Amino acid sequence: MAEFLQFLFSGLTSGSIYALAALGFAIIYNASGVINFAQGEFIMLGGMVSVFLTASGFPLPLAVLGAVLVAVVAGVLIDKAAIEPARDAEVVTLIIITIGASILIQGLVQVIFGKGQHALKPFSGDTPLVIGGASLLPQSLWVMAVSVLVVAGLWGFFNRTRFGKAMLAASYNRLGAQLVGIDTRRVWLVAFALSGALGAIAGALAAPITMTSYDAGLMLGLKGFVAATLGGLGSGVGAVAGGLVLGLAEAMTAGYVSSAYKDAVPFVLILLVLFFLPRGLFGSRAVDRV
Amino acid sequence: MLELAGISKRFGGVQALAGIDYAVNPGRVHSVIGPNGAGKTTLFNVITGVYQPTEGTVKLHGEVVSGRTPDQLARRGVARTFQNLQVCQHMSALENVMVGAHLRLSQRLLPALFHLPGLRRADSGCRDEAMELMRFVGVHDYALRPAEALPYGVLKRLEIARALALKPKLLFLDEPAAGLNPTEKVAMRELIRAIAESGITVVLVEHDMKLVMGVSDHVLVLDYGRKLAEGTADEVRENPAVVAAYLGAGSARATLQ
Amino acid sequence: MSVRWKGLLGLAVLLAVLPWLLPNTYVLDVVNRIGINAIAVIGLNLVMGYAGQVSLGHAGFFGLGAYASAILTSRYGWPPLVAMGAGMAGTGLLAFAVARPILRLKGHYLAMATLGLGIIVSIVITNESAWTGGPDGMPVDALAVAGVAPSGEFQWYWLIATCLWVAAWLAGNLVDSPVGRALRALHGSEAAAQSVGVDIARYKARVFTISAVFASFAGSLFAHYVGFITPQVASFLHSIELVTMVVVGGMASVYGSVFGAALLTTLPQLLAEFEGWEMVVFGALLILVMVLLPRGLVPTVLRRWRGA
Repeated sequence: MAEFLQFLFSGLTSGSIYALAALGFAIIYNASGVINFAQGEFIMLGGMVSVFLTASGFPLPLAVLGAVLVAVVAGVLIDKAAIEPARDAEVVTLIIITIGASILIQGLVQVIFGKGQHALKPFSGDTPLVIGGASLLPQSLWVMAVSVLVVAGLWGFFNRTRFGKAMLAASYNRLGAQLVGIDTRRVWLVAFALSGALGAIAGALAAPITMTSYDAGLMLGLKGFVAATLGGLGSGVGAVAGGLVLGLAEAMTAGYVSSAYKDAVPFVLILLVLFFLPRGLFGSRAVDRV
Repeated sequence: MLELAGISKRFGGVQALAGIDYAVNPGRVHSVIGPNGAGKTTLFNVITGVYQPTEGTVKLHGEVVSGRTPDQLARRGVARTFQNLQVCQHMSALENVMVGAHLRLSQRLLPALFHLPGLRRADSGCRDEAMELMRFVGVHDYALRPAEALPYGVLKRLEIARALALKPKLLFLDEPAAGLNPTEKVAMRELIRAIAESGITVVLVEHDMKLVMGVSDHVLVLDYGRKLAEGTADEVRENPAVVAAYLGAGSARATLQ
Repeated sequence: MSVRWKGLLGLAVLLAVLPWLLPNTYVLDVVNRIGINAIAVIGLNLVMGYAGQVSLGHAGFFGLGAYASAILTSRYGWPPLVAMGAGMAGTGLLAFAVARPILRLKGHYLAMATLGLGIIVSIVITNESAWTGGPDGMPVDALAVAGVAPSGEFQWYWLIATCLWVAAWLAGNLVDSPVGRALRALHGSEAAAQSVGVDIARYKARVFTISAVFASFAGSLFAHYVGFITPQVASFLHSIELVTMVVVGGMASVYGSVFGAALLTTLPQLLAEFEGWEMVVFGALLILVMVLLPRGLVPTVLRRWRGA
């Protein structure tokens, strides 16, 4: 039982990170129909910038805030400089553009901060709490608590604020949204900024547990994409559920089956799900019109 | 040759078709008319395998074909055109027509990879045939142009040539005259007549009443997914229920005349 | 002479004179790597450019070919050509088996599934170190046929150039055949292709399988040429490289594939001068090319040249 609890804690922690990553994918996908392969870099930026700002003497909250700002600026720049000029391009072209952005960001971080692995100091110490024989790091609690807050905040933004509702409307029907005066370019911009912030928060939260380096964003980004697809692209609930399912599946496989194949779990899972549900667990069942 | 029995189609809560019985007999021009949203295109899509009917069966030459995919229906001699043009933009007009002959050409991989002589011969025969069809529908001047550079009226006819390349027994035309100018409409009517005279059974969905009444041997009228009336053009024209439906839909009796 | 044969003749002439123009064996080595990549890219372009289906996992097939050659020759003593054939057959079978469920998917779901497939292959290769040597890689025997093996960049060049020309010829043949027209038609409109009798699932599976076999062949060739392989050959980044070569060179263009492979294989070598800034410059160039020339280089240039 203690063993199971241990895997559960670990799964919920990484699942929360994946959920935040997946939400970043979902928000941009909803607003623009683009899958942003640079999402993982926002997470990496969150970790790396926090590490270097704390190392240069900034207090942790300011450092995290700085990291969020950097990622937001990165998101805005990607949208304005790379996505907006190519908004009518084919899916593959847009995928390559965001991959180009991802390589660019990795390159910059490598030039500025080097290639080393870094760890952020845990937010409130590293004395584990013992629950039912399993130990839970305080940082895990931070991860889960902040994720819950962020998800609640996003829910409020999309359901309670005027602009959030406008963004949702634009995702259902772009032309219709334009006709009623919603500026879709602003919707795109906000989506990229918001995803940048989300990614950076996830990255800063995870950095004390997983370590971070200039190339840490790739796997995290891919897993976020898996989580978003698992739940059904564009579904917010789906992204959160997908992230948690993914984290738990990984932790249980690592614990009970084989830790070497832990990283393969998300991809096996997504293939199996897509074989049977071509639009993910919560995706809409669309009918093609001819 | 084609029989529909009790065909219904629901999309979620919307009843697009309700209990349609319908028969198409060989060698004639059949039309399906009705106000917007009456279920005409849905009916086409059910018959050609794009949609599965919620209830009812479609029989082709006595064989139940509901549940078959469009390509399986194509093998049984059913061809169609589309209301929203489905032309392959990055291929030449000629190649678009040649695709129509797909089922009559070798589909094996190795001859294709190595361009064996047999395949080359068959392909050049197919090319000539496709040119001939383009001449028949009147778009041969555009044969080598990329389809994306062609005007709308040409693309409409190109789709018909592609469908004819299948050598179909049954041809479905979904709004062949939509978006055409009056001269083009007259030419389209002549083309439909010529196709029917060549022995192909034609079924069309069309809004232009002049075209429908001038070319059809049999007319089916749909309204809100139900069969309102059927018969010859004259019978339908005089049917009070049809007149009422069209008046109700805002069109004057004159459109039917 | 048809346009297609003019192109193939041009390629033959280029390949015949190229080695005499190159200054040294270092450049010849780069050219050889371009040739090998180009073979895989031509295959991938059949799926992406002509049939219009994304694959972000083709390095997986490349890796399967490479490791089939490496493992079967060095661990089991199979003759290299037999090992290569077995790799192509095995990779083709795998691709065919997964093609139907995977290629039912569209757009980003298809991208996700192919990406996942490639990553699973690369993780298996990394983890099964008893066979593959794990992350450290493994050596590969020479490509010996009846005791004779190509040695040196120059001999390899002629072998690779011949393979590349044949690959371009085969791909061109396929595109200009009933099968190829069906593939291009389903790219243009699945509804139209189905309406004339094209069994879409079957054709997607066929082109996916063919392109996987191309990739596997290129992988085998690479393994023997370099003589030592690591799981890097099957990595996600390599898949992305291959896709980028297709798109930058030009979708639905065999020569675009060759050009894309040339450009993206050479670029990192050229960028080495930027000392640490390679990734930055590479990323920026990638964005720039895609924003300015979304159709890819070769089709854009051809368009200008024909005055269309």
